[in-house]
Amino acid sequence: MMVSIKGLPKEEYLLKGHIACAGCGPAIGLRLLFKALGNKVILVVPACCSSVIPGPYPYTSFAVPVQNIIFEATGATASGVVAALRRKGVKDVTVVGWAGDGGTFDIGIQALSGAAERGTNFIYICYDNEAYGNTGVQRSGATPYGAWTTTTPTGKRERKKDMPFIMAAHRIPYIATACPSYPLDFVNKLRKAKAIEGTKFIHLLAPCPTGWRYDTSKTVEIGRLAVQTGMWALFEIEYGKFKLNPPSDRLIEKTRRKPVKEYLSLQGRFRKLTDDGIEKKQKWIDEDWERYHKLVSNSTSDSALHGKI
Amino acid sequence: MAQTVIDTANHIAAYAAKAARVQVIAAYPITPQTSIVERIAELVENGELDAEYVRVESEHSAMSACIGAAAAGVRTFTATASHGLVLMHEPLHWASGSRLPIVMPVVNRTLGPGWNIWADYTDSMSQRDTGWLQFYCADNQEVFDTIIQAYKLCEDERVLLPVMICLEAFILSHTYMPVRIPDQDKIDDFLPPYKPKWFLDIDNPLSHANIVSPEWYMEFRYMMQEAMENAKQLIPKIDKEYGKYFGFEHGGLIDKYKCEDADLILLTMGTIGSESKIAVDNLRKEGLNVGSARVRVFRPFPKEEIRKLAENTQMFTTIDRGISFGMEGFLAEETKASLCNQEDQPLIAGFIAGLGGRDVTFKNIEKIAKKSAEWMRRGRVEKETVWVDLRE
Repeated sequence: MMVSIKGLPKEEYLLKGHIACAGCGPAIGLRLLFKALGNKVILVVPACCSSVIPGPYPYTSFAVPVQNIIFEATGATASGVVAALRRKGVKDVTVVGWAGDGGTFDIGIQALSGAAERGTNFIYICYDNEAYGNTGVQRSGATPYGAWTTTTPTGKRERKKDMPFIMAAHRIPYIATACPSYPLDFVNKLRKAKAIEGTKFIHLLAPCPTGWRYDTSKTVEIGRLAVQTGMWALFEIEYGKFKLNPPSDRLIEKTRRKPVKEYLSLQGRFRKLTDDGIEKKQKWIDEDWERYHKLVSNSTSDSALHGKI
Repeated sequence: MAQTVIDTANHIAAYAAKAARVQVIAAYPITPQTSIVERIAELVENGELDAEYVRVESEHSAMSACIGAAAAGVRTFTATASHGLVLMHEPLHWASGSRLPIVMPVVNRTLGPGWNIWADYTDSMSQRDTGWLQFYCADNQEVFDTIIQAYKLCEDERVLLPVMICLEAFILSHTYMPVRIPDQDKIDDFLPPYKPKWFLDIDNPLSHANIVSPEWYMEFRYMMQEAMENAKQLIPKIDKEYGKYFGFEHGGLIDKYKCEDADLILLTMGTIGSESKIAVDNLRKEGLNVGSARVRVFRPFPKEEIRKLAENTQMFTTIDRGISFGMEGFLAEETKASLCNQEDQPLIAGFIAGLGGRDVTFKNIEKIAKKSAEWMRRGRVEKETVWVDLRE
């Protein structure tokens, strides 16, 4: 099951000529998505950066069939595709919803929730760049506390929604977090998801130089720092069992985590965040990790997360 | 075997979906559409209808799921009403722009506030510019026949646009009438399986509905208009062909009754058109030379047929179960627009009647016709829009 970088297929289904920004985290995610799943994939893409990335008609840089759809409808349209494939008896095609954070956390949460509740057999990937990137960086429910966006010019005052745990409350068989800076982790999770029947949700933190205000060469580094500081934890919830994945599984002890300031200070979007604000964020991260610690301990016993929520 | 059943238009719509062998249904319940989706659930679960049934969490998702299913290349069905239809507004545009042949009964019901579940055309009329074809039915037989006809029409490569089958709340949806359901083999012969040229196909990976720049967008919209014009040609032919197969025809674009020699023609839609025929017979006994023209297809609007009718008559009277606020009745608007730039136009009077489910009987229609005839004799329409039996 586990693959190495060398073991990844040579085929590229994200073709040359796409029009993503330099240093685009989601574009790396797309490339890995196709490497992991191959081309027997039907992609459902709502209004988001990825409806622009392939380029305009009559060209596209996605070498798989794509159904572009309205902003809030990914879960519903994917449900329709899945139903049609079932009716046609097609079994070897994976349906993937590939939506941004606005289309997942905010406007699309109803359709996603419905699809998950119905046990729709598909993989839903939220590539999360923590703002409405395609429209020029406005705040979303995924934007973290203190972050500048064009609609929070002095920094967002609210916290980010805990999306993976919202999905966990749907009792779907597989939930995972990922980050393009850890490509094998993402690829393995995709392949695992593909083999599981039902709704699979993968939350991909996808750094965005345009919205986060950092140098385009630093996307991978920013993603690594997100994980190393514990701001973003790599984990899976498989049939209700919570599990931290490397390198996050070694970060339960606070001393092993880098201070969140190292992650924040590289990004222009947090420039106006005060020391108090940074402290607040550090405290929240530490609280999250106490929760992860408890979940890891619980998951070693027979009781699964679903029973706890 | 063909059989006659006595049932409501809603159940008949479900049987038509079954007869059309729909493959995916995605639907959400709303009064007064519910008995369509309930009956479909029964048909799917007892194995009579071999289809996937997606019980979505909203009408917006119902249409969005239908888009996914139709794009994946299967025959797709849903049904809605009222607030459900207007919630679908965005995906309605996406369905037609994607050129997907989805068929959807719309059980015409008012929009709130205040809450009212009775018949009114405001819901579907407010969606008239979404690029969907719109049929308006006058009885339960027509509901069945039009659903079968609609798939044949909209899956035709010259059309490829979705279709609304509009039927009035309760007046049809919950009223039992005898309906002839033809032999399934004959239906299968009339309506072969859906075989789309383009669908979500891993062997031919296309990007459906992606970005279209100003260089191309107009051409796509022009093709939709062309498809509407093509539909206008095909609808009467398909209706005739259906008649040959099964014995029922519904007038093509306009169901005309005693219009040939009429001085005054009542232009109506839906069940008001049925009542109109009774009114025509009664009025003719009184010596008033009147005819009835029930507009069966509102999109594409049959303006050429309206012009033809106008050639031999002195007056049109439109009766609308809905109004475009700030203007007038929908049918009145379209009738006038159709006659613009034509010579020797007839007088046109517009009546608004039956909003919120208020009954429109042949007696109301006779009154309307008599008022119109009075103006016709004077050669002048004294009030452009009259609200029938309004409490003042």
